[in-house]
Amino acid sequence: MNSVNKTLDSKVPGGPIEKQWELYREKMKLVAPSNRRKYKILVVGSGLAGASAASTLAELGYEVECFCFQDSPRRAHSIAAQGGINAAKNYQNDGDSIWRLFYDTVKGGDYRSREANVHRLSEISLQIIDQATAMGVPFAREYGGTLANRSFGGAQVSRTFYARGQTGQQLLLGCYAGLNRQIASGQVKMHNRTEMLDLVVVDGLARGIITRDLVTGEIQRHAGHAVVLATGGYVNVFFLSTNAMGSNVTASWRAHKRGAFFANPCFTQIHPTCIPQSGEFQSKLTLMSESLRNDGRVWVPIKPGDTRPPNEIPEQERDYYLERIYPSFGNLVPRDVASRAAKRVCDEGRGVGPLVGGERRGVYLDFKDAIQRHGKKVIEDRYGNLFEMYERITGESPYEVPMRIYPAPHYSMGGLWVDYGLMSNLEGLHVIGEANFSDHGANRLGASALMQGLADGYFILPNTIGNYLASKKPENISTDHPEFEKVENEVRAYIEKLLSINGDRSVDSFHMELGRILWNKCGMSRNKEGLLEALQEIPKLRKEFWENVRVLGEGETLNQSLEKAGRVADFLEFAELMCRDALEREESCGGHFREEYQTEEGEALRRDDVFSYVAAWEFTGVGVEPILHKENLTFENVALAVRSYK
Amino acid sequence: MRITVHVWRQAGPQEPGKMVAYDLDNVNEHMSFLEMLDFLNESLIAKGEEPIAFDSDCREGICGMCSLVIDGIPHGPEKETTVCQLHMRHFHDGQEIFIEPWRAKSFPVLKDLIIDRSSLDRIQQAGGFISVNTGSAPDANNIPIGKEQADRAMDAAACIGCGACVAACKNASAMLFVGAKVSHLALLPQGQVEKKRRAIAMVEAMDAEGFGNCTNQYECEAACPKGISVEFIAKMNREYLGAQLSGRSS
Ligand SMILES: Cc1cc2nc3c(=O)[nH]c(=O)nc-3n(C[C@H](O)[C@H](O)[C@H](O)COP(=O)(O)OP(=O)(O)OC[C@H]3O[C@@H](n4cnc5c(N)ncnc54)[C@H](O)[C@@H]3O)c2cc1C
Ligand code: FES
Repeated sequence: MNSVNKTLDSKVPGGPIEKQWELYREKMKLVAPSNRRKYKILVVGSGLAGASAASTLAELGYEVECFCFQDSPRRAHSIAAQGGINAAKNYQNDGDSIWRLFYDTVKGGDYRSREANVHRLSEISLQIIDQATAMGVPFAREYGGTLANRSFGGAQVSRTFYARGQTGQQLLLGCYAGLNRQIASGQVKMHNRTEMLDLVVVDGLARGIITRDLVTGEIQRHAGHAVVLATGGYVNVFFLSTNAMGSNVTASWRAHKRGAFFANPCFTQIHPTCIPQSGEFQSKLTLMSESLRNDGRVWVPIKPGDTRPPNEIPEQERDYYLERIYPSFGNLVPRDVASRAAKRVCDEGRGVGPLVGGERRGVYLDFKDAIQRHGKKVIEDRYGNLFEMYERITGESPYEVPMRIYPAPHYSMGGLWVDYGLMSNLEGLHVIGEANFSDHGANRLGASALMQGLADGYFILPNTIGNYLASKKPENISTDHPEFEKVENEVRAYIEKLLSINGDRSVDSFHMELGRILWNKCGMSRNKEGLLEALQEIPKLRKEFWENVRVLGEGETLNQSLEKAGRVADFLEFAELMCRDALEREESCGGHFREEYQTEEGEALRRDDVFSYVAAWEFTGVGVEPILHKENLTFENVALAVRSYK
Repeated sequence: MRITVHVWRQAGPQEPGKMVAYDLDNVNEHMSFLEMLDFLNESLIAKGEEPIAFDSDCREGICGMCSLVIDGIPHGPEKETTVCQLHMRHFHDGQEIFIEPWRAKSFPVLKDLIIDRSSLDRIQQAGGFISVNTGSAPDANNIPIGKEQADRAMDAAACIGCGACVAACKNASAMLFVGAKVSHLALLPQGQVEKKRRAIAMVEAMDAEGFGNCTNQYECEAACPKGISVEFIAKMNREYLGAQLSGRSS
């Protein structure tokens, strides 16, 4: 066993919440500029979090190596974010403030996040916009030349900055540019098409990683004084999600198996506005930015089984259910609320669209009124590219017929547990961006993931990692240490095993089956019975995988089946932890809806007296019950309240 | 529907490659082109044949990872559409479809339909950035930028770096790719300080990577899934010439 620190100390500095980050920085230990080059930091991931961290650490003078599995750091999944990024700039003079963003985020997360972290995030949000602008990110502007904002994801102020429908792309290209500058100067060594397959822990400290070169198949060792995981989210465990094909849990999971605690794995976000599945062959689901809900009205027919085309259903036979149930927020209720409402109306047989697997799973998002009110031109300016994208995929024009949408897995609030300094319980291992369990509690607000990834990478980690490194001598660490050899051998054996099974079923078929189990039993709503069933089915499926998967080709070449197999093998282990966590949390909060715990009106019933904690799980073996550690959450600044959007 | 696809198969960078034909039944018109290949791959795996290697990640037309030439056209026949966003409803029953990787000297084939595009990264590393360290930025509204100007910078910045422009050009020129980045930054006040050095460094890096010259055929614009305009090539040429005339010092 590795000796890891098992007490969960969040290390939040004391003092009033608005001063905590300042106090932390006043007291933190520093690495002298001339010493920084003696420390090597391994950054796994080149999305917003990883690329901003790698370039900033390099600017500070640390030696950095950065890894990604795509052929270029510019293609990290962050590139796909559409809607925007929040910041409490209050440029619109509409009453926004750091406090309000903090408050909205804690409330939006259904009181399952750490107050201190969220406040820091709100403070830093201001600097992110400045930094990105200086890097050349072409944010939308007003005619007077100042930055434009929009209201997003149910916020009652306009605090979202955006670059058309390509905000993630533009922010990531800004980070990529900064990273390129450091690669050119030699301060960052970039490893593209390279996948981390394990973490090396030496004397209780994260000291390196084992990677596979995805082109040559070569297994390599890398040593560093600290390891940073910025490897993104895990909702591809559902097979169908809005994430990129390659998004996976491997880096986090293998770190977990080496001692890092996994926090709140059952907190997954199901995004309400995605294009519904059109058939069994579907490989991924496409998100339609939720900014569409600013102008689109959500409805289904009042009568179950009404299959008339939407334009033939008269007004009085339509149910604008969000406006009806939530009159004050209407179509702009938070994601978890909107998603569950859509599921409910479809469960009632009022879903629309083609039959897939015997069911109609879709609701309308209708722009007719908005087009009448503002004119087609205005709507085209606002959503033109999204409408085109929708038409390209479905063959239908949203100017003519209402869009069809349905919820899909989108984001993981859960992730590796980290303290205030973004370090895991495993010393030296830092986790940033979507990969950590972070600041969003049980539900993330729209436009807040980009903010968090960049806050972590640009502004928080570069400070906190210095505090950690300053306490460690920059001693020479060599990949010849026996621990590296041991872990490398384990990785090799694992790959050989995958290649030698040569069974009957493809990797994808296992992934699809796992996805179905999870979507049905640990998806938008969960109950004890279903979760217990899933906990029977997943190990069975995993067993079959290891006996019957077919991975063709060799290990020493480019082999996409092998890459997928490794990722699915990890999902098959991780899924069990997700269900266990969902089972253990006997309350409903945010994205985690336990059917047994709901109000009479079918809303989530939180149980603050028993479940105001972060569930951080310790790995004890595959298929073996993990150990639960708790970090108690206290709310001293935002009073606990029932989240109501009525 | 039923189709026949002819696919470039090549086991590795040094191996010879060839077109191989596969018949496919039960192709659904709602499938994306890449889902059709997934479907084909599943049937190959079932037969014990190695699946076709091809790149994709976002499957939403934004990451720039997918890179197939379909019937001689990078990203296929639909205008301003990446191959991951192309759907089978644009093909007909009985059609024969030819699928190849990007072809360019600077994009060597790694396996089947997968190529090495690291040359594009190296061009960006030569100067596709604004040198500003984290933490040193002024308030964002201190740099006013007119809406039209910002919109034009965004038009250029929309490049997804897929390399279709290179694949479409008979000279395998990367002028549109480089022009887009040079223009994006030259159109913004933040990018002024380094604009001369940037234009020269990026053009030189492009030449060093072995990309060809531009002979104004505009195949690049036609193939670009994001509709990046060749005007940005003209803008880059002006930036480059201006920089050369005034010396590269600034
Ligand atoms: C379609 C879509 C739209 C979205 N829109 C918004 C929005 O409008 N606003 C908002 O705030 N958020 C949005 N989000 C969420 C947001 O985009 C993500 O949460 C965020 O970008 C994640 O950034 P990241 O840096 O943590 O990880 P990612 O961008 O996912 O990057 C992960 C990196 O890790 C690398 N990696 C992973 N595993 C390994 C491994 N084993 N070895 C080596 N490298 C590895 C990858 O190559 C990649 O470089 C959206 C998400 C989706 C799916
Ligand atoms: S897969 Fe991302 S653009 Fe096609």
